[in-house]
Amino acid sequence: MDPIDGNGIGGLLIDAFGKEMTAVSSTCATCGARRPVAELVVYQRAPGTVVRCRTCGNVVMMLVKRGDSIDVDLSGLASLGQPDEDA
Amino acid sequence: MERTAVSGRLSWQVAAVVSVTWETASVATIQLDPPDWAGHRAGQHLDVRLTAEDGYVAERSYSIASAPGEQLAITVERLEDGEVSPYLAGELRAGDELELRGPIGGYFVWEPGDGGPLTLLAGGSGVVPLRSMLRHRVNTASDVPARLLYSSRGWEDVIYRDELGQHHDGARVSYTLTRSRPPGWTGHTGRINSALLAEVAWPAKTNPLAYICGPTSFVETAAAGLVELGYPPERVKTERFGATGGR
Repeated sequence: MDPIDGNGIGGLLIDAFGKEMTAVSSTCATCGARRPVAELVVYQRAPGTVVRCRTCGNVVMMLVKRGDSIDVDLSGLASLGQPDEDA
Repeated sequence: MERTAVSGRLSWQVAAVVSVTWETASVATIQLDPPDWAGHRAGQHLDVRLTAEDGYVAERSYSIASAPGEQLAITVERLEDGEVSPYLAGELRAGDELELRGPIGGYFVWEPGDGGPLTLLAGGSGVVPLRSMLRHRVNTASDVPARLLYSSRGWEDVIYRDELGQHHDGARVSYTLTRSRPPGWTGHTGRINSALLAEVAWPAKTNPLAYICGPTSFVETAAAGLVELGYPPERVKTERFGATGGR
């Protein structure tokens, strides 16, 4: 399936984080690029979702559903903040 | 990996299908009546879940086509190789039920208080969330000026053609047709480029706010073009749905 962007996984991110995340700012741990989660590159391949940096292409997030929980790997991120922390 | 419990804050519910209206030969607008809907913001999504008899589950996220306060609706383009869209835009009928949850998303949204002027750029079915914004603008009697540029393969593929053809106060709609054009077509032709954006988008000095939705290649070209025209990147909001318009 073609990649989409972070806007399309808002529901999954609410499942994982318990709140709206698409407007939250992210920082790539590899290249330092900073952008809203909505602007990240998203590959949806069952059973997992892989999120990549739009600048350098490295994996920044992986989310895998397991029954009624979700495994979340954020090791590719240097930060994941609230939009009002950007000011 | 860190494991978190599902919060359940976004619950699935079964909505009744109120109506199915064909916008083009392959695009349908589906009006929905969910039992528990707190209302949405223009540009937000909802998730749809289909469950097969063997238990196989497919979920997709769709932009909400209706404006806040209107009967909830999504507009779906049927992709022949899709898992979900051929059912939604093909099999689904008024009176059926559909499992959904929402509203979802806090980035690609517009409220009258966010201001403008609005530069809206749509590629194919990327017009759906922008239509919600335009309707919201009219319904709230917003005085924010708006311009929509809609890139479509052909005139027969234009979604909401009659509605967009009506004049909205202060909103200008222009089209560019990329593959075929009707006889006598005097509008723009070909894919979006810098020259076309310079002609149709609000000049950067007016401090415009831009929303771009469409296939990835369209969005990348359009966003880079606006930044080239002097738009600050943080005033250019984008939403991409893959290479072929899959939604």
